[in-house]
Amino acid sequence: MNTDKSIWVKDLTKKFGDFTAVDAISFEVGKGEIFGFLGANGAGKTTAMKMLIGISKPTSGAAMVAGYDVFHQADLVKQNIGYMSQKFALYDDLTIKENARFFGGIYGLTNTEIKSKTQQLITDLGIQEVVNQNVGSLPLGWKQKLAFSVALLHEPKIVFLDEPTGGVDPITRRQFWEMIYKQAHNGTTIFVTTHYMDEAEYCDRVSIMVDGRIDALDTPTQLKKQFDATSMNEVFLKLARK
Amino acid sequence: MKRFIGFVKKEIYHILRDRRSLFILFGMPIVQILLFGFAITNEINNVKIGILDKSNDEISRQLIQKIDASPYFQIDQYLYDSNEFETTFKKGKIKAILVFEAQTAKELITKGSVKIQVLTDATEPNTANTILNYIQAIIQNFQSEINLQQTIPLQIVVESKMLYNPELKSVYLFVPGVMTIILMLVSAMMTSISIAKEKEIGTMEILLVSPLNPSQVIVGKVFPYILLSIFNAIVILLLGFFVFGMPMNGNLVLLGLESVLFILSALSLGILISTISQTQQTAMMISLMGLLLPVILLSGYIFPISSMPQPLQIMSNIVPAKWYIIILKGIMLKASGIALLWKETLILVIMTLFFLALSVKNYKIRLE
Repeated sequence: MNTDKSIWVKDLTKKFGDFTAVDAISFEVGKGEIFGFLGANGAGKTTAMKMLIGISKPTSGAAMVAGYDVFHQADLVKQNIGYMSQKFALYDDLTIKENARFFGGIYGLTNTEIKSKTQQLITDLGIQEVVNQNVGSLPLGWKQKLAFSVALLHEPKIVFLDEPTGGVDPITRRQFWEMIYKQAHNGTTIFVTTHYMDEAEYCDRVSIMVDGRIDALDTPTQLKKQFDATSMNEVFLKLARK
Repeated sequence: MKRFIGFVKKEIYHILRDRRSLFILFGMPIVQILLFGFAITNEINNVKIGILDKSNDEISRQLIQKIDASPYFQIDQYLYDSNEFETTFKKGKIKAILVFEAQTAKELITKGSVKIQVLTDATEPNTANTILNYIQAIIQNFQSEINLQQTIPLQIVVESKMLYNPELKSVYLFVPGVMTIILMLVSAMMTSISIAKEKEIGTMEILLVSPLNPSQVIVGKVFPYILLSIFNAIVILLLGFFVFGMPMNGNLVLLGLESVLFILSALSLGILISTISQTQQTAMMISLMGLLLPVILLSGYIFPISSMPQPLQIMSNIVPAKWYIIILKGIMLKASGIALLWKETLILVIMTLFFLALSVKNYKIRLE
């Protein structure tokens, strides 16, 4: 077991009765890496990620996230990671500050810390005018960036992003990825799942899941060479067609 | 026309494929009719009676036997002193006490008439009235039987006393009952929405990933509603006193504590409903419509539980409202203390813990 890596996975499996959703996958993610976790719908991405963030118990195999064992130390894993869900889940009837105070609180930040980080968040995102509005009234792109910032409030070493750019316009997507780059540059490991193959190009390394197994794992450049393709989209199509 | 038919077809598919609404459309009316039919009854059956027999002669023994033989009554306890009356009634099992003074037979034969006292627990005024009437009827019957062999008609006079509610005010039945029903429904409904809401808006996942443990989430969700419900309870109580003239003979602090306990049990039930509902709407429907009738019918609020068929009587034991009404009436009308109400209190405590534990378990299952 290598605790140097941010995420270490070996033969991780999840079965639901007879059906194997995740079939003995293995991979590693280093600190500060942007790791793209790709796959078609139903390939097992979400199931795999649920195991890594500690809300689903693996059937077999091993995984260490942020240096903690996913089987036996799920609570410690949860405390040390950040998570942004597909629905950018924030409480619509609370304001930005109130959302920040809630999430900061449950991750154990002190009041002073929450205050200063919230202020930082507001300045960075440039959302001073809407600070006292309910989150529900904000446009989708702002919610997305907000959800990302809130996930990082407690400065976790790894942040898991589940399809973070769904339903958002291309410009906002680009801005979002700039935020991701900035975080990775600061040393945060980014684990992101996505359907958008062009986003796969932004990642340091990428894995592609097909039917529960990892069928490809490398940098985008290498994968394009390996599959004789000009874009990640092509790589994906070739894999999915096998 | 064709468009219309196509639309109606689609609606029919919706209805048929939605198991839940099918149950409501067909299942619930049947269940409710059965419940209504069996539960609603103004008759009495197997009402438990106590006897204080200072005569122990043929008249008293024969009369007691006759009463015991009737399907309406069951002699449950023999008392030996009028001091026992208070405690007996407070315990709640016995609804009426028959008192035979000394030498009933001798009195009857020498003086031509004798008095028998019937004390009834009038905290349920309708039942008390019925009990009195039935006893009087049985005694009348007995009187006629004896007089067949007599030349001079003998008279057995029934002297009745309605205890705790001499004027048979229905408000004594009404206020505790309404308070219980409303508290239960509102509390359960409030919390039932909360978890279902998180599931609907997608923040449930976030909570699951966060370091919060299941117990913290469940208890955390119940807590704010306690204060709200306490406020509700106080308002209802005040209205009961000042507007309806409800007596308050017992300990106010005990009343407060028991009310908080009941509120907790209702809130916990709500959370439990929440963990099994996928949407807020389902949660509300279950807690309002699913709980409404059973609570009204099976809590003993309107229709006496002792008159219901056995299965319903057993079912009534799992309705928290039933136990709270006993406690409420006990404290307000009979000034009962914790010594007499400990059993009901304990049951409420166990129920609350059970609902909470089950909620936590359901919440944890989502982690698998």
